[in-house]
Amino acid sequence: MPATALMRETAVERFSSETRSQQVIAALTNVTKRYGETVALDGMNLALRPGEVVALLGPNGAGKSTAVRLLLGLIAPTAGMARVFGGDPQTPETRLRVGAMLQVARIPETLRVREHLDLFRSYYAKPLPVAEIVRIAQLEGVEDKMFSTLSGGQKQRVLFGLALCGDPDLVFLDEPTVGMDIEARRGLWQQIRTLANRGKTVLLTTHYLEEADALAHRIVVINKGKIVSEGTPAEIKSVSAGRKIRCRTRLTVEFLSALPGVMSVEQSGDDVVVMTPHAEAVVREMLLRDETLSGLEIASPALEDAFLALTTSR
Amino acid sequence: MSTSSIAYHEPQTLGIGRTIEIFRKETKYEFLKLLRNRSFSLAVIGFPIMFYLLFGVSNRGTNGSGIHMARYLLGGYACFGLIGAALFGIGVGLAGERAMGWLEVKRASPMPPMAYLFAKCMGAIAFGLIIVTALTALAVTMGGVSLTAVELVKMYGISIVGSISFASMGFLLALLIPANAAPGIVNLIYLPMSFMSGLWMPIQYLPHWLQRIAPALPMYHLAQVMLHIFGYANNTSVVSHWVGLAGFTMVMLGTSWLVFNRAQQNA
Repeated sequence: MPATALMRETAVERFSSETRSQQVIAALTNVTKRYGETVALDGMNLALRPGEVVALLGPNGAGKSTAVRLLLGLIAPTAGMARVFGGDPQTPETRLRVGAMLQVARIPETLRVREHLDLFRSYYAKPLPVAEIVRIAQLEGVEDKMFSTLSGGQKQRVLFGLALCGDPDLVFLDEPTVGMDIEARRGLWQQIRTLANRGKTVLLTTHYLEEADALAHRIVVINKGKIVSEGTPAEIKSVSAGRKIRCRTRLTVEFLSALPGVMSVEQSGDDVVVMTPHAEAVVREMLLRDETLSGLEIASPALEDAFLALTTSR
Repeated sequence: MSTSSIAYHEPQTLGIGRTIEIFRKETKYEFLKLLRNRSFSLAVIGFPIMFYLLFGVSNRGTNGSGIHMARYLLGGYACFGLIGAALFGIGVGLAGERAMGWLEVKRASPMPPMAYLFAKCMGAIAFGLIIVTALTALAVTMGGVSLTAVELVKMYGISIVGSISFASMGFLLALLIPANAAPGIVNLIYLPMSFMSGLWMPIQYLPHWLQRIAPALPMYHLAQVMLHIFGYANNTSVVSHWVGLAGFTMVMLGTSWLVFNRAQQNA
């Protein structure tokens, strides 16, 4: 496991012990949301504490955007309660303290970036200065461009900038990096970290699993409107099937399957793939039994695998 | 990490000065947005001017029925133009913003919803006045039409009332029709109704059965109120047309309110 990941995880642990006791600033309590026959959310409980970055992770149609729209007061729950800063999310008082970056196909294209920011800033009593928004959202050099002339990444950054106009305490980011290339995505990650460092609470939805792993203190995995799993990125990963050993060997699948601690064995082309929580012991045994063993690789499962294991088994 | 300080900000109050500022900026940017959107501004201003040049200005004289065509059609195309600005600016514009998800971003912000509706309405009024001004300038300079100051002021006043009235229809259309079909549907309503209401030619020239349908059309009532200034209205009293226009506006606003509330409940 890379050293940076280890460092980040210890930081996360320190963080969770600090905030565990603190008050909840936004919550869905036993929320069910139905559209006709379709159940978008089914008895969902979600609580956000000050200063944490929470990722809602799930496949398309899992109910991520529904959860965000409930917390923004754009829709009302069929049953249960949505509360933000102890009040109704629909009230203007609540909305003054919340910023939102939603999935938008297009925004009015014949206005300049500066004009969009100017308009949104006017909604707040104490908006962030334009220069500050431009700096955080990395909009330097495009302030005077028409929205229609911007690249996809720049457009997303404008939407991010609009979410920051009121210097909100709570920020919702619904699939913020969808459609971005790798470089632009990493740029936005940096900006989201900047927000977290300013003490903002962030709820982020994503189906980029790497994104949740890179940004969140806590990941909530949802599928079909229900929470499937919840924890730190490390905890989410440990729920999955241990580590993955890949190599070329003369040992048979039957023999490998019988080794203690082996969860599964698969033939993959010339290679064999062994899943086990006790990788060291299994590899030691395999090397003893087969001197010709070659091409050995041991990998931690990506969050992706953990996620697939979690969402497909139910 | 200093998390304790962020949870309780002092409440931000929305003073009257700041509310006015929001309404002003919302209106300013709505107007700029429409003006820079050439497919809107060129069509909405260009068509009434082009039609007026072709059919109005070229008919300078008074015809056999005692109608000075350039004068009559100034009223007709003024209505045609301002109704177009309201239906396309609000009907098509709002339907598009709703479909793109932009309306949702606005709703999630602390923007007062009235500021949005106000700006849309003011945008329609502004374009209505631009069109009426351009048509009047053409009428006076090229069409041999003379207008008194009182007539001009009345024209502007009725233009504002007409824009507000048809803005209400724009709101209803925006709530009902899908964005990708909006321009087509609006044209299908707008063009035939303009013809049948006597905006393109004196209504006396239309077949009798069409003339009998006209009182059911809101554009007819606006046209009659406008033509009353020039003395070309039908014999019915102008009050009945004001009532017709007011009734239409009420029905549009009431239906919009019902549709909006139903959509909210199902959301």
